[in-house]
Amino acid sequence: MAPKDGTPSGGGSDSRFFNTNKKGEMHELRMELHSTDRNIKVDAVKKVIASMTVGKDVSMLFTDVLNCAQTANIELKKLVYLYLINYAKSQPELTLLAVNTFVKDASDPNPLIRALAVRTMGCIRVDRITEYLCEPLGRALRDEDPYVRKTAAVCVAKLYDIAPELVRERGFIETLHDLISDSNPSVVANGVAALSEISETSGRDVMKISASVLQKLLAALNECTEWGQVFILDSLAKYTPADAREAEGIIERVTPRLQHANSAVVMSAVKVILSYMDVMGGGAHADSIRALTRKLAPPLVTLLNSEPEIQYVALRNINLIVQKRPNILENEIKVFFCKYNDPIYVKMEKLEIIIKLVSEKNIDQVLLELKEYATEVDVDFVRKSVSAIGRCAVKLDRAAERCIGVLLELIQTKVNYVVQESVIVIKDIFRRYPNRYESIIATLCDNLDTLDEPQAKAAMIWIIGEYAERIDNADELLDAFLETFEEEDPAVQLQLLTATVKCFLKNPEETQDMVQRVLDLATEESDNPDLRDRGFIYWRLLSTDPEAAKLVVLGDKPVIEDDTFRLEPNLLNVLVGQIATLSSIYHKPPEAFVVRAKRGATGSDGMGVGDLGDDIEEGDEEEYEDDNDVNRGGGGDDLLDIGGLSMNDNAASSNYGNLGLEPDMFGAPTPSVAEPEARMSKVCAPEKSGGIELWAGFRQVQGAVKLELDVRNISSNVPVSTLAIQLNKNSFGLSPAAQQIMCNPPIPVGGSGRHSVELVVNPAMLVQAPAGQPASPQIQVAIKNMTTGLVFYFAVNFAFEVLFSPDGALERATFIESWKSIDDKKELYGTVSDLPPASTDIDQVAAKFKAHHIFLIARRPVPNAEGQEVAYFSMRTTTGMVFMAELTFKKGVNAAKVCLKTEQIAYGVQAKVALETLLRS
Amino acid sequence: MISMIMVLNQKGEIMISRQYRDDVSRVAADSFRIQVIAAKEASSQPPIKRIENCSFLYTRHLNMYFVALTKSNVNPALVFEYLFQKIRVLKAYLGEEFDESSMRNNMTLIYELMDETMDFGYPQNCAVDVLRLYINLGNVKPQDEPEPEQLTKQITGAIDWRREGIRYKKNEVYIDVLESVNLLISSSGNILRSEVTGKVQMNTKLTGMPECKFGLNDKLVIEKESTGARKKPGVEIDDCTFHRCVRLGKFDADRTITFIPPDGEFELMRYRVNDNVNLPFRLIPAVQEEGQTKCSINLKVIANFSEKLFATHVVIKVPVPKNTSKSKIKNSFGRAKYEPEQNAIVWRIKRFPGKAECMLSVDLELVRTVRPKAWVRPPINVEFQVPMFTASGVHVRFLRVYDKSGYHTNRWVRYITKAGGYQVRI
Repeated sequence: MAPKDGTPSGGGSDSRFFNTNKKGEMHELRMELHSTDRNIKVDAVKKVIASMTVGKDVSMLFTDVLNCAQTANIELKKLVYLYLINYAKSQPELTLLAVNTFVKDASDPNPLIRALAVRTMGCIRVDRITEYLCEPLGRALRDEDPYVRKTAAVCVAKLYDIAPELVRERGFIETLHDLISDSNPSVVANGVAALSEISETSGRDVMKISASVLQKLLAALNECTEWGQVFILDSLAKYTPADAREAEGIIERVTPRLQHANSAVVMSAVKVILSYMDVMGGGAHADSIRALTRKLAPPLVTLLNSEPEIQYVALRNINLIVQKRPNILENEIKVFFCKYNDPIYVKMEKLEIIIKLVSEKNIDQVLLELKEYATEVDVDFVRKSVSAIGRCAVKLDRAAERCIGVLLELIQTKVNYVVQESVIVIKDIFRRYPNRYESIIATLCDNLDTLDEPQAKAAMIWIIGEYAERIDNADELLDAFLETFEEEDPAVQLQLLTATVKCFLKNPEETQDMVQRVLDLATEESDNPDLRDRGFIYWRLLSTDPEAAKLVVLGDKPVIEDDTFRLEPNLLNVLVGQIATLSSIYHKPPEAFVVRAKRGATGSDGMGVGDLGDDIEEGDEEEYEDDNDVNRGGGGDDLLDIGGLSMNDNAASSNYGNLGLEPDMFGAPTPSVAEPEARMSKVCAPEKSGGIELWAGFRQVQGAVKLELDVRNISSNVPVSTLAIQLNKNSFGLSPAAQQIMCNPPIPVGGSGRHSVELVVNPAMLVQAPAGQPASPQIQVAIKNMTTGLVFYFAVNFAFEVLFSPDGALERATFIESWKSIDDKKELYGTVSDLPPASTDIDQVAAKFKAHHIFLIARRPVPNAEGQEVAYFSMRTTTGMVFMAELTFKKGVNAAKVCLKTEQIAYGVQAKVALETLLRS
Repeated sequence: MISMIMVLNQKGEIMISRQYRDDVSRVAADSFRIQVIAAKEASSQPPIKRIENCSFLYTRHLNMYFVALTKSNVNPALVFEYLFQKIRVLKAYLGEEFDESSMRNNMTLIYELMDETMDFGYPQNCAVDVLRLYINLGNVKPQDEPEPEQLTKQITGAIDWRREGIRYKKNEVYIDVLESVNLLISSSGNILRSEVTGKVQMNTKLTGMPECKFGLNDKLVIEKESTGARKKPGVEIDDCTFHRCVRLGKFDADRTITFIPPDGEFELMRYRVNDNVNLPFRLIPAVQEEGQTKCSINLKVIANFSEKLFATHVVIKVPVPKNTSKSKIKNSFGRAKYEPEQNAIVWRIKRFPGKAECMLSVDLELVRTVRPKAWVRPPINVEFQVPMFTASGVHVRFLRVYDKSGYHTNRWVRYITKAGGYQVRI
């Protein structure tokens, strides 16, 4: 069916156009462009395009090339237009000369030429040309020919990108809406694509899916091209069905798409089904959910038979799906077994999923596979396989012994990196199951010489220190490592220091010299502040109170947990809503990597997305992935013990002495809500604050902002009596009115007490948010226990509504005027779903809001939309910032749309989060 | 959406680039060259790479990189599918093995295709048959170029894969059922995975706009149709996907496959069968490593299909350690020899009759190495083709063609089963 001859039959081959490297070339080209011979002319334009392709500047021929546009020859016209698109920006004045040609072409009898003219004009991003574009575009949108209409539909999106106000003025968005009812499916598809894009860039729902639009989209879904199906499915995914029945109805129309040969159609259909399953909930629809669960597995498995690139996309998405709905693929673990010739990146992703699906039922089979992988050639893959075995052990209590068996077998192979990786994971297994598998320590000690990587060495040293009493020659082993102390990696040095101290505490007689030496090395010879600080702490502890040192250094460590399901639930929900987008590949919310995307514009669950995004941007992907695992369980004791040894090395070792707190480490607390009472969240675990647990929240008391602190003494033998508090500079300029917190009477072990710290706004404490970025909600707090001298840190998200003042009600007229005067760019938009019943009724919402100084200004039913009502609210902070909000409710739907306008755009997200949190509460 | 499509050669030079949005520029090619091509990352790293807020999604054809650049949160499956189709279109125009020079020779044609198949980063029609109607090689126009109005209807129509007014003297349909068997057997002889992926390829030469109805021995359909006595067991198909001409709603409702076919060759469907796979070959390996210098491998291969059939192009690759110095090979059929560049004994058998058994025995001498390292033992890999055999048991029950004129259609059906990944661990 394909012609096998690659050479065009007329005019010879295009490659000769690349060979024009001689003197006076431009002059010659110019002559040719003006030739009367058509063939010479066409050839000359081709030469120009060829030069453009290789990156040569040919913009000086602009007028000459433009001259050739006046032709009936489509091929030549297309070439000239291609040139124009490339150089229009550098020659805006001259480009205007082309306007006439465009306008003329836009009413050519040949629809292909009409479309070409409109398409090209839209690509020329010169302000003044857009004025001329509107006329022909308006005509093209109503052209009798569908090819012209579909081209015009995309052109509206192009125009919106250059001049959004022109699109609105000319009513092109309404015309796009008309195109959704077009008789031609290609036109519908491009219309949907254009509307979706405008919705996304403007952050406003211009798509407006109503019942009738919905029916039209579903009808077009059956008829349009594969790309069109993807556009339609992706826009359906953003729609929230009114109720479970509607959701089920749409799902029924979408499921046939799972059989499409185009994987993009399949992925987008999966996304629609998954997000609607949430709307269906459980209960009465449990059967339908089960049926859907069964239906989703085969197409997902089929995707793994596609090209490797598609497999990769599918696997990254499946990674999210198995976290959200594990039962979909619970019986399919075999399809994720690696093939010998799979590309490495596919194998790596498969491993991740195997670990997520592993269970008591299939562990034996999985272990056989992993063992096989551990003998392959690629080092990274082998290491990951070995580490996977360890993760299985940590995850499945009853299989742990079998996993260890396999690891011991692998250690026997003596392959250097296999042994090292095994040691690293065995350390984690020891932490998960203390005092169970110590019998294998001897085998590990036999392989000490193999270890040359810092991480493996650090792990081994930790094991030696931890179990020093069971290793006869623990001190000798450590001594051997100490010889090279100064050359070691900081992670290893930290471990050596800790292990030696442990060894000393367990067996003081034999190791006195050694501990002295290591303390000297750490405190006097080292430039590393972490190491020095840790050394000093140990020194002081050992010299003042050896018993206390024992308690601290040899204390019980919290058991680590399995890190397989490590995406934080809020983030996971956001990402599942982003299936079939790059966001699902990077496992980051779109705000984290798309520069122009508006925060909250993606719809559901705007809460927390913003700040999550910020956290993520700080590190690269790998760091982010690993961040929560070990620390979630054992965050605190890194300080003095296992720093540099947990599965994520860098985060832990930089923990100590790092005053710029990393929010992740503390398990980012949700914004606490100031009900009339403050909602408290745990901000500080006892492990890192000398046995004191802290809960914090915010509230407003008679116009003053209070930080409420619950102090619970879990295990501090010294009763808590006096604390000092300091806040880091923050986005709200808050600082404590007084720094002392007196606990009277002192809080003994097991006791607790609540303390209110008044916060005042202090301009000197204000951190301006970077231009264009929202203000961070986070407040970082340092507390010093004056009795013990211990300083610890935590971070808590501020509850913005606490700042709202009682005079926040705007005059109706003022409200309307300000609402209109604020630019649409300063608008934030989102949907809050899963609301409690009390939050779906405007009266109740208004009452609840009023308690927080958010005032109802007006309400009205939405014309032409039955059951929908909007309510307008205003609020003002004590610092004078004004926010206005429009909330849309629909009868019988437990979701609300929130639209917020303000001139203080940096704080808009905060106000929006506050509203959403209150709605949810 | 997609901001730019580039085609780069192995050196990272831009051969063709088409900008659809102005948020990226040609300069981005440099970072791709440095971070992906020069870093030799392309084969081991994921095909999606983010460099400074710009995402690069890429695939390869021969030694060329087809790269899509974007700064937005695109649908990555859509981007890859577009790139694949783009390559498919170019293959149709320039030949299956089109390379750098044929790209250069047809630069203007490729620009035209880029302009037509994508607008503002949104993929548009990529159907070769339709594109061919108005984008032609060089300056030669086909004689039957339709009127522009006719053409635009075709491009945007509901049936954009077939044009009207096709005529054939003889109406014929060729159906090829192609299966590939994937098998993985553990070193202890257990089947870890066995699976058939099949596809049905058609070549239609039919007049007009015919309605077709196609039927396989799908278990679900057969169970529904044959009530009572004569019940033939059907094949349990785990999942299938269809060419976009097939009415998916209809299939979802009652599992009938109905469509108006494209003219000429196309892939009607793909399917997957996991249960009751008839494995064409059984392999029984035995490997013995004697000390560090000797190793012997024995392999017995049994053909499991009927003696009326035979397999062709059988190639069995038995891996051997890298430090093999001498090999002594005995085999009952075909030709086997040690191929050092593959680190394997390659055993080729042109024609392997059904039910036959054959043996291979290899004695190896190994060179002593300074740092002895265990041999990783890659799996034995088998390639073969068995004509007129389907490992899944799938066969075509019917293909009905309806057209207004009521012409007669001749149908030819062929079956062939090939090895996909047919591997036995040792």
